[in-house]
Amino acid sequence: MLKYIIKRIFLAVMTIFVVATITFFLMNMVPGGPFVAEKSISAQAQAALHEKFGLDKPLIVQYKNYMLSAAQGDFGLSLKQRGRTVSDIIISKFPVSAKLGGIAVLLALSLGIPLGSIAALNRGKWLDDVIIVIATCGIAFPSFVICTVGMYVFGVYLGVLPTMGLTTPAHYVLPVFALSFYPTAYITRLMRSSMLDVIGQDYMRTARAKGLSQMASLFKHALRNAILPVITYVGPMLAFTLTGSFIVEKIFVIPGLGGQFVSSIVNRDYTVIMGTTIFLATLVITINALIDILYKFIDPRIQLK
Amino acid sequence: MTEKNPLSLQLKVEDFLPATDAEKQSLTQMRPGVSFWKDAMRRLRKNKVAMISLTVILIVMFFSFIVPNFYPYQYELQIKGSEYLKPMTYSTQEQLRIDAGEKVFPHILGTDNLGRDYAVRVMVGSRISLMVGLIASAIILLIGSTYGAVSGYFGGWVDLVMMRIVDIIYTVPDILLIVLISFAIRDPLAILAAKPGFGWIQTVGPNLISIFLVFALLYWVGMARIVRSQVLALKQNEYVTAARALGAGTGRIIRKHLLTNTIGTLIVTTTLQIPSSIFTESFLSFLGLGVAVPLPSLGSLASDALNGLNSYPYLLMAPALLISLIILSFNLLGDGLRDAFDPKMKS
Repeated sequence: MLKYIIKRIFLAVMTIFVVATITFFLMNMVPGGPFVAEKSISAQAQAALHEKFGLDKPLIVQYKNYMLSAAQGDFGLSLKQRGRTVSDIIISKFPVSAKLGGIAVLLALSLGIPLGSIAALNRGKWLDDVIIVIATCGIAFPSFVICTVGMYVFGVYLGVLPTMGLTTPAHYVLPVFALSFYPTAYITRLMRSSMLDVIGQDYMRTARAKGLSQMASLFKHALRNAILPVITYVGPMLAFTLTGSFIVEKIFVIPGLGGQFVSSIVNRDYTVIMGTTIFLATLVITINALIDILYKFIDPRIQLK
Repeated sequence: MTEKNPLSLQLKVEDFLPATDAEKQSLTQMRPGVSFWKDAMRRLRKNKVAMISLTVILIVMFFSFIVPNFYPYQYELQIKGSEYLKPMTYSTQEQLRIDAGEKVFPHILGTDNLGRDYAVRVMVGSRISLMVGLIASAIILLIGSTYGAVSGYFGGWVDLVMMRIVDIIYTVPDILLIVLISFAIRDPLAILAAKPGFGWIQTVGPNLISIFLVFALLYWVGMARIVRSQVLALKQNEYVTAARALGAGTGRIIRKHLLTNTIGTLIVTTTLQIPSSIFTESFLSFLGLGVAVPLPSLGSLASDALNGLNSYPYLLMAPALLISLIILSFNLLGDGLRDAFDPKMKS
C-alpha cells in the first residue's frame, strides 16, 4: 500500500516535471521573442529588457533558473502587464475560475448520479430512453455550441439572463450550465451502466432475500458500489472544467484564469502562459494522484500492482 | 407391384445410386460458414441507430467533399453588396439581374459579413472538420497500435518503460499542451513552408499540420493502452508459438497474427476517436488556433458568428448544429460498431 502511494506520488512529480520542461522549451521555440510586437522599442532597450528578464543567458541556464524559482512558486514577472508577477495574476484570477468550476462539478455530480440511477432502475422504459437520448446529445455537443446557443436563446432572444461578466447569481446560470453539460451527460451514462452492472449482482438478491427493503438495499448496497467508477472520473472532469473554462470564460467575458490564458496566448505573454500551464497541470495531476490513492482505500477489491 | 415383405433381405436398388450434388454439398457443409466480417456486418445492419448515423455521415460527406466542387459559389468568393444577406434572399444587384431574366443561384443560408455565400462555407468547413477527424484518427491508429503491440509483445522492461511514458502522457492535461504546441510550432512551420521543397505545407496550411502533429504526439496513448492489453492476452495463444517455431520474425508475428486479431477493437476505437478529434479541432478553431483564414472550419465559423450574434443569429445555427450532428453520428456509429464487433464488450 505504502509502496503504491510512493510510486503514485513519484509518477505525479515526474509528470509535473516533464510538463514544466516541455512548456519551457516549447515557449522558447517560438521565434521572435516576446518584445517583437512592440516595434517602437529600440535595439538598446530590447537588449536591456532581455537582460532584465534573463533572456540573454544560454537556454540551459534560463531553464535551470526558471525551474528553480518555479519550484518555489515564483513564475517571474508578466511580460505584458507591467509590474505584476505571474503568481499574482494566478492568485487573483484563479478563485473566479475555481468557484465557477466547483459549482459546475457539484451540479454535474448531483444531477448525473441520480439521473443515471433512475435510468438504470427504469431500464427499457420511456424514462430510460429519454435520459439516454439527452445524455448522448450532451456528449456530442461541444461546449462552445452550448455556450453560444444558450447565450442566444436566453440572453438575446428571451432576454431573461445576463450574458457577460460574473457579478450576480443570475450571471452564473449560463456559464455553469455550459460548463457542466458534458460532465453531467458523461456521469449519467457512467452511472447508468455501472448501476445496471451492480443490480444484477448476487449480493443484491441476497440483500433483498434477507428482508432489506428496496430503498435500503438500493442506498446501502447498490449506490455505494455503483458510484465507484464516477469517483475515477472526478479527476478527468476537473481537468475538463478547468480547460473548458477557456471557451466559457472567453464567450461570457468572465475575468477568470481561463480567459486570462487565452488572452495571454493572443498577447504572447510567455511567462503568464508558462506559469498558468504549469499551475493548472500541477493542479490536475495532483488531484488525479490523490483520487487514485483514495480509490484504493475506498474499494479494497482493486488490486493495483 | 406387391407389397414388400418386411422380413425380406432383398436390397433396394436406389440406395446404391451415386449421390446427387446437393446431397454431397449437405454432407460436406452443414451450413455456409459465416465469416467474422459478415457476422459483424449483419449485426450492424440490424442496428437501426447505427445505420441512420452511417447514412447521415455519408450525406454530410457527400455535401462536404463533392458538392462544393460544382457549387455556383466559391467559399472565398466575396460578392460586393451582398453582405449579411438573410437566408434565401438576394442583394439589390442580384435582384436586378433576376429581373433582367438571368438565373441567380439562391444563398440558401445567406451570406456572411464579407458577402461570402454561407452555405458553401459551411460545407467546406465541415470538409475540414471531417478531414481532421479522419486523418488524425488514422495517425493515432498507426502510432497507437504499433506502440501498444510492441509494448505488449515484448513485455518485461521494454513494456515497463514504454508504459511509464504512456502514463506520463496520459496524466498530462491534454488541452493545455495542445494549445501550447499549436501555438509554438505555428511560426517555425510557416518559416519551413517558405523554403523550397516544403511548399506543400502552405497548401495544407501550417495550422492544420500543427493540429495533426499535436494529435500524433498526445492522443495515441488511449489506443496504445487498449491494443497492449489485447496483445498481452493474444500472445499466449498457441498459434503465436507455432508461428515462431516456423521461423516468423517479430514484425511478422505482430503484423500478421497479433494486430489482425485485434481488428475489431481497432475499428471501434478508431471510429470513436474521430468525433473526439473533430471535437478538439473545433475547440482549437474556436479559440483561433485552428485553420487559417479564409479557410473555414465549423469551429471558426461558430466563433465568427458570435460577434454578430444579436443581429445575425442564423449564422451561428448552421455550423453549431452541423458539428453537433457530425459528432453525434460518429459516436452512435462507434457504439453500434462496438456492439457488432464484440457483443461482450457492450457497456
